[in-house]
Amino acid sequence: MLWETIRLAVQAIFRNMLRSFLTVLGIVIGVGAVIAMVTVGQGSQTQVTADVESLGSNTLIIRPGVGGMGGGGGLSADRSFVRADAEALREELSSIEIAAPYSMTNITAVYGNENHFTQLAGAETTLMDAMNWSIAEGRIFTDAEEKAGRAVCVIGETIIEELFFNINPIGEKLRLRSLSCEVVGILAAKGVTSYGDDQDDIVAIPLKTFQRRVAGNNDVSLIYVTVRDGVSTDRAIRDIEILMRERRRISAGEEDDFSVMDMKQIASVLSGITAVLTGLLSSVAAVSLLVGGIGIMNIMLVSVTERTREIGIRLAVGAQTGQVMLQFLVEAIVLSLLGGLLGIVLGLGLGALASNLMSIPFVPDPRVILIAFAFSAGVGVIFGYFPARRAAQMDPIEALRHQ
Amino acid sequence: MAGTAPLIELRGITKVYGAGEAEVRALRGVDLTITAGEFVAIMGPSGSGKSTVMNVLGCLDTPTSGTFLFEGVDVGKLDHDQRALLRRNYLGFVFQGYNLLPRTTALENVELPLIYKGLPRGERQRMALEALDKVGLSHRADHDPSQLSGGQQQRVAIARALAGGPDVILADEPTGNLDTERSREIMDLLSGLNKTENITIVMVTHEEDMAEYARRLVSFVDGHIEQDTKTPGKG
Repeated sequence: MLWETIRLAVQAIFRNMLRSFLTVLGIVIGVGAVIAMVTVGQGSQTQVTADVESLGSNTLIIRPGVGGMGGGGGLSADRSFVRADAEALREELSSIEIAAPYSMTNITAVYGNENHFTQLAGAETTLMDAMNWSIAEGRIFTDAEEKAGRAVCVIGETIIEELFFNINPIGEKLRLRSLSCEVVGILAAKGVTSYGDDQDDIVAIPLKTFQRRVAGNNDVSLIYVTVRDGVSTDRAIRDIEILMRERRRISAGEEDDFSVMDMKQIASVLSGITAVLTGLLSSVAAVSLLVGGIGIMNIMLVSVTERTREIGIRLAVGAQTGQVMLQFLVEAIVLSLLGGLLGIVLGLGLGALASNLMSIPFVPDPRVILIAFAFSAGVGVIFGYFPARRAAQMDPIEALRHQ
Repeated sequence: MAGTAPLIELRGITKVYGAGEAEVRALRGVDLTITAGEFVAIMGPSGSGKSTVMNVLGCLDTPTSGTFLFEGVDVGKLDHDQRALLRRNYLGFVFQGYNLLPRTTALENVELPLIYKGLPRGERQRMALEALDKVGLSHRADHDPSQLSGGQQQRVAIARALAGGPDVILADEPTGNLDTERSREIMDLLSGLNKTENITIVMVTHEEDMAEYARRLVSFVDGHIEQDTKTPGKG
């Protein structure tokens, strides 16, 4: 009997295709919105984690000045590092594998008649490993070239797009202010980070060249450090702090004038932010689910009135209260489940589209899909009950007289 | 149910609508006995109570006072759902306005009472087709009511009333919406069912021509029976 009722409910729903669709539109949009939000949220969380991991999850960044991410780095008031700091870290600390000094500034790169405002990095070859960089074409500058401060550079994909078009850049001369340097290699593309940085919009030259020909001093902006396998990052951070305090002659009781950032920490902060945002947007979307449920009740009530005559006919041919009740209840449930299904498809579609546009991974969450489905069924039961009861309690003669 | 009891027995049935100034006494003490196999026509001017008595007979409406025995069972003592069971198993309805479900095929309309009997789909369809065949519409089984003429719709309605194998068919102005030609077809059909299937038929009509098909004529005036005569019947 139940199976039969379900079959008849599906029949009734498809008989009034347009009305059924409009009825469940609220559920479709609600479920769709929740699923799209969660999918995009999870996608960006995955992306943040992947970004951090592409830098190496055992990477630490030492920067001048106090404070966490964003603050301090590069401000002239803070005392910079020098290349010897990195060398000392490398040589004196067993917990550290690589210590790569790194300087950067913004600069206009010029080639022929084209120019492009980009990021200029001064680095040692060690940075390649510290940053998980690799060469797509050509080569990285050699240690010898770095030590000698030669005018050579490697460039990212974006530079090629902006300046070189169809020309093979290797061997070409790129002008950076007064410095004219030869392109010797192209960095493998890394894409855009989840917080919008184009990691391929970069020109890297030897650190020595940077200090001598661009900055005009011996400063190092940052030091990238990778922790040796099997050593905890906490221990490495402690080692670094002790050594750097000593090198920078910070007396006991005085605060550090530099900070060590753990990429893992940054990752957890970033994914924390994404999680909060996802939760917030999802709860807004959940409200629309509630509104969708009320919409179903509304239309089911209208439907009961509109179908009074039908109910009268059913009662006349011998339908009992429970059977009419079941019919309308099942119809409401099937209707909202169909809405839920449509919503899931819509949500996943939107999620996939958004993930594609934002170039983040598409991560559908089966739990959320299940919850959305269960919720739509619940909406059907709760908001279908009242109209169904009203239908079942109709007086047959009144119902038959209804025009 | 008791075989010896008359099929339908109304004793002192009254029906009052409204209260106070607006009180309408639709039935004022109706006594009527109908035995199995009869073809009864109920006539009377509008407001005479003929439709009200039909609704009482159909267990669609409850009388204000009096006793209604159906095959010896006191209908007044049955609850809502038991009356539904009685309609389902013993009664068939034919209405003036056909009352078919829209956007639903003739076959599905005829199946409707069988669904509530809890019959499996295959058997339902077989029985519904059989009923459609009896009214000569098995070739229209897949048509919606909107694709059928008035006469055809009424025949589908008769098939629906027939499908459940009722003891009684209650027809309320079955030819009220039809032209003379179509009306005669419906009446021939009903009197044929009365004869061949031995189904008791109680019909309300205000058309003398149609009442002539019945073998008993009950006239209502002002809520009570004015005249109750045997007629030769026709067709």
